Amino acid sequence: MASTEVSDPSPGTPTVDVPGPDMLLRMYETMANIRSFEERLVELFNSGQIGGVLHVCIGEEACAAGVCANLRTNDYLLTSHRGHGHVLAKGASMDRMMAELFARETGLCRARGGSMHIIDRSVGILGANGIVAAGVPIAAGAGLAAQMRGEGQVVVCFLGDGAMNHGAFHEGMNLASVWNLPIVYVCENNLYAQFTPQRLHAKSEDLVKRAVAYDIPGIQADGQDVLAVYEVASRAVERARAGGGPTLIELKTYRYTGHAISNPICAIGRPDEEVDAWKLRDPLRVFERYLIDQGICSADDLAAVRREAAARVDTAVEFAESSPMPAAETALEDVYAAWPEGVPL
Amino acid sequence: MREIQYREAIRESLRHEMLRDASVFLVGEELIDPWGGTFGVTKGLSTEFGEERVRNTPISEAAIIGCAIGAALAGMRPVAEIMFLDFIAAGMDQVVNQAAKIRYMSGGQVNVPIVIRAAGGSGRASAAQHSQSLEAWFVHIPGLKVVMPSTPYDAKGLLTAAIRDPDPVLFIEHKMMYNNRGPVPEEEYVIPLGLADVKRRGRDVTIVATSRMVPRVLALTDKLAAEQGIEAEVVDPRTLVPLDRKTIVESVQKTHRLVIVHEAVERGGFGAEVASIVGVEAFTSLDAPILRVAAANTPVPFAPLLEDFLVPDERRIEEAILETVA
Repeated sequence: MASTEVSDPSPGTPTVDVPGPDMLLRMYETMANIRSFEERLVELFNSGQIGGVLHVCIGEEACAAGVCANLRTNDYLLTSHRGHGHVLAKGASMDRMMAELFARETGLCRARGGSMHIIDRSVGILGANGIVAAGVPIAAGAGLAAQMRGEGQVVVCFLGDGAMNHGAFHEGMNLASVWNLPIVYVCENNLYAQFTPQRLHAKSEDLVKRAVAYDIPGIQADGQDVLAVYEVASRAVERARAGGGPTLIELKTYRYTGHAISNPICAIGRPDEEVDAWKLRDPLRVFERYLIDQGICSADDLAAVRREAAARVDTAVEFAESSPMPAAETALEDVYAAWPEGVPL
Repeated sequence: MREIQYREAIRESLRHEMLRDASVFLVGEELIDPWGGTFGVTKGLSTEFGEERVRNTPISEAAIIGCAIGAALAGMRPVAEIMFLDFIAAGMDQVVNQAAKIRYMSGGQVNVPIVIRAAGGSGRASAAQHSQSLEAWFVHIPGLKVVMPSTPYDAKGLLTAAIRDPDPVLFIEHKMMYNNRGPVPEEEYVIPLGLADVKRRGRDVTIVATSRMVPRVLALTDKLAAEQGIEAEVVDPRTLVPLDRKTIVESVQKTHRLVIVHEAVERGGFGAEVASIVGVEAFTSLDAPILRVAAANTPVPFAPLLEDFLVPDERRIEEAILETVA
């Protein structure tokens, strides 16, 4: 499966140029950064150096890298609780992301947000979200603002398969559809809604079929193949930018870990063989084979990229560890942007 | 000064702000002409400003509020209308977990300058799902501001302040006051959020009342003054968050007595908050227990006779006042 159009009412689908070597290498770097970053998070969490609730996307990196490679800095991003990869791929500082997870004042959100609530206005990240599907209508609003201003911005909203069964998904998708908003909704279908396997939460395996109900294009692609992801996202982003309205993309993917790092079981009824089978199609390995086979890079080049990623994570950890903790009384700041003088909070 | 309706005062504020700031737009159910919203508040605005800026939505409260939030994050100043305050329950995640918390969670990077207008209160035989006074829910959520105007003048000035405010504001209108008339300047003006208004000066008892209870209390207190010589001071907080505690506390320090009147049910209501503040900050000034006059702790029934029985009326308010000053 490269990609399948489940529903595409618009004739004349834009064609996509194969990305050049620079873009290919950048996507690989992004994937390597995300993998290194999150593997380190697991170590840091297990050794008690960072806390909170962490949902990693190890195994799903091609989705973040392939979609976000199509975005400009002023395009908007909404994501879910499993958003580290998207945030990094959209261009947030890894140092400040790490500092946020270390609960330091230098964190992207000054340690008020944490893993599930990253916002980085400087690169268009309007919010990860701890509430499943809540970003879907918020993305519609950002898309409306972009449409009203007419400056060609697009919105990408990542969600999981679990979010597809939430009321907010329906309300937001329908609004995006009826107003023809410039949004790309990307469902990373990793087959489990928290611990619940898809067969227990949705009748069809192909969640992209829901696009038919909204009369918008629905495209399914192999989420382990960054080129397939890039291609479908590129078409959807360009369509949105050109005023062609929203698209629903379903990426078939897989998370190697449990729902959250701390969860003792990975999922209900998840056989080890299933995990092993997916690991054979690890997104980094799949892409490495392509890059080598096409003569774009050598295995040594790619190993160097991975070493650089690990070094970047080292730097981020050093930055975080050497950053100050927030002062306790600053917990009272930023509840409101404006508050009358002399009135207690 | 000319007199206009509460409904018209709200419309004037919306219109002024839409003329003044191109980022202000309206979003909600059936706002466009010829309907202009269920209570006719936005009538004429879609004709004047177009359906791009007066946006008719599906019946999707989570989408209305979520859309307002997303647009605000992207630089707009949306004013969302929730047809009946009760319906906000269908979009509550967006209010409570999103709008109220995004600025804080971002470490102060972003603001969510939205206004959610909604019609609250009973009085139209609309029964339990179209009649509630839910302000206490929102008062309890840090990050939200809560406004409840009781006059056309306040409605216009407070809504203008709310639209210009950088934070999410819940603006609760009372559906039985849309036809009320009062003096309203033609030009734009701002009533700052967090400023109570003393609607009547008096020395014998302080009455803190909100929304539709304010005109009801004022009609009664004038009668009590004329007939029994009891001079009540009536304080309308106007904004529940931020709350002008100072005006309330200073009034009680002068009158030594407090009655709180609201239409919402008593249990867990805003009156308990006021009672607590006064109980602490004006404890030594009090000459009588603080009394609350509020709706009984029941849903709102359909039959007008039953509905009227539950909501504070002149008789119940008068009894509380007489008990307090006795």
